[in-house]
Amino acid sequence: MPKIEELEIGQIIATKEFSITRDSLVRYSGASGDFNPIHYRDDIAQSVGLPGVLAHGMLTMGMAIQPVVSWLGDSSKVIEYGVRFTKPVLVSANEPSAVLVTATVAVLNPENNQVRIDLTTTFQDTNVLGKAQVLVQL
Amino acid sequence: MVNPDIQGKVYPRTAAYLVGREKVREFAKAVFAGPESLDLDHAKSLGHADLVVPPTFPVVIQEQSLALVINDPAAEFDFSRVVHGEQKFSFRRPIIAGDLLTSELNVVSIKSLGGNHMVTFDTQIFDDKEDLVCIATSTLVVRGE
Repeated sequence: MPKIEELEIGQIIATKEFSITRDSLVRYSGASGDFNPIHYRDDIAQSVGLPGVLAHGMLTMGMAIQPVVSWLGDSSKVIEYGVRFTKPVLVSANEPSAVLVTATVAVLNPENNQVRIDLTTTFQDTNVLGKAQVLVQL
Repeated sequence: MVNPDIQGKVYPRTAAYLVGREKVREFAKAVFAGPESLDLDHAKSLGHADLVVPPTFPVVIQEQSLALVINDPAAEFDFSRVVHGEQKFSFRRPIIAGDLLTSELNVVSIKSLGGNHMVTFDTQIFDDKEDLVCIATSTLVVRGE
């Protein structure tokens, strides 16, 4: 478990690159119960004005926090997690999409041993999750 | 798009959802989660009675409450035009495999913005002792015609 006195604001505590494929989207559809076809059929995605199939926002959100969970060693230390879905992550039929997550210390609260970690989640040089903040209990 | 009169409406409590160990594993694999959600011995070594869920797992419970809104004729909710705008989870305690959960959704606000509706829901998730476990807050954008 990380110690609050060893952290400083602006410190990067984790980075990880994820590779999302169509298989990832099908797996998440099954696990979550979100079977919206815009997450596996290009023709339907295009018929509603999208460039093509895109990842579930909730898949990106669920994945983006994992480097923080690994750093904590236990997901139960997460007490609050919120994001805004600002840009879609497009996933083509045959090429994986690379998503890079960087987790940075934003706020330190030594009085209750809580730390706010902010996430930057980049796909094609664009941040896809706005205001992505994780409050953790150390 | 959506009927603004449902602002403030509280939807009935959902049927109990049993958090299954294999469901936790399935969800964990789908979001690239770690051993606390996959390996029972590891979860127990951290002091949990069973596998602990990944932080976004409560969306599965939230979905049960949201289904009540989508199927409510009075809500006039056009789900085909919905985009997920924001999502937040606030935990009172961790969710563990074996938990029996119900949820209650409250329509917090409906705002009009540039021809779209922004609808914010709070879903309170309770365990079988009626203790609050998690609040899931979701903002959906219903795009105008």
